[in-house]
Amino acid sequence: MLSRLHKQKDVQLLIGLILGIPFGFFLQKGGVTNYDVILGQLLLKDFTVVKIMLSAMVTGMIGVHFLRSLGLVTLHPKPGSFGASAIGGLIFGVGFGILGYCPGTSMAAVGQGHMDALVGGAIGILVGAGIFAAFYPRLEKGILHLGDFGDLTFPRLLKVNEWIVIVPVVILVVSLLFWIEKAGL
Amino acid sequence: MTVLSLERWSPYAVGIGIGLVACLGFLLSDNTMGCSTAFARTSGMIERLFRGARVKDKPYYKRFAPVIDWEWMLVLGVLLGSFLSAALSGQFKIDFVPGKWASVFGSSIPLRLIIALIGGIFVGLGARWAGGCTSGHGITGTLQLAVSSWIAACCFFIGGIAAAFFIYKVLFI
Repeated sequence: MLSRLHKQKDVQLLIGLILGIPFGFFLQKGGVTNYDVILGQLLLKDFTVVKIMLSAMVTGMIGVHFLRSLGLVTLHPKPGSFGASAIGGLIFGVGFGILGYCPGTSMAAVGQGHMDALVGGAIGILVGAGIFAAFYPRLEKGILHLGDFGDLTFPRLLKVNEWIVIVPVVILVVSLLFWIEKAGL
Repeated sequence: MTVLSLERWSPYAVGIGIGLVACLGFLLSDNTMGCSTAFARTSGMIERLFRGARVKDKPYYKRFAPVIDWEWMLVLGVLLGSFLSAALSGQFKIDFVPGKWASVFGSSIPLRLIIALIGGIFVGLGARWAGGCTSGHGITGTLQLAVSSWIAACCFFIGGIAAAFFIYKVLFI
């Protein structure tokens, strides 16, 4: 692990900025900075968003687990529960469908000049995050821990080596992407 | 015309690129590529402007301090990177109403902004509720095979598809 590098706070801020630039560049080149492309996905007419997300996931899954097997990285799976992950996910999803951007693509959309992503979207996201912070103490005592499963991963759930999960997931995802292409979506 | 000035790249090239950026985030920063925590921190910073230092005592901001961190800089980079890409392809253009929206709901700017604001509030609330967004859960979480992220990512699309179909197929046929 590059733990000495990880501890240099100022350098880390710079690395964050430097990694954000290609991330935003790719999002714009992928077309997902456009409301029309995101709504096309949610209306199941244009599968650009799914193609990008699944190919990013597969690439990262192989890459990160390979780096981990070399002892170069540590995983940080997010803890979750049904009350947090499922209900929060559904609330997010409804907003995603109404706004037509997610937090990352909203900022990328602003970079392309789409002001509805800034004046409407980004301000709304800030307000929404503020509302959550205000209700957090109450939610934390109840719904956020409903059906708590912690930072569980599928390999730990199934008690198998991670590659036993990764290989079939990669095969399934790649087959799905081939099928999507063949179906002309 | 170089490859950098093309309007669109293959979604697979783009996806592989984003996956590699996520790998670099783990390797160089021991950090998970996400975007919504930066909004929560910014929200706290804005609240601090109005309510002063006691904002830092709010339980949520004790967990996510209202300061500029790695992820905040990442999100700033996203904005710059997208601008760079759009400028190179000549696509940068200030507009307020997306084409698909205008074709159904007309070109009223206030209407689009109000609906975007409402959508944004749900996005911000839901992202913090679920502990991540389309990046943090949808890509960086699913690639770690985290159970929370797979559930959240599925729910993002279930909610999103339901809302999109309701808006475009039920409200306006």
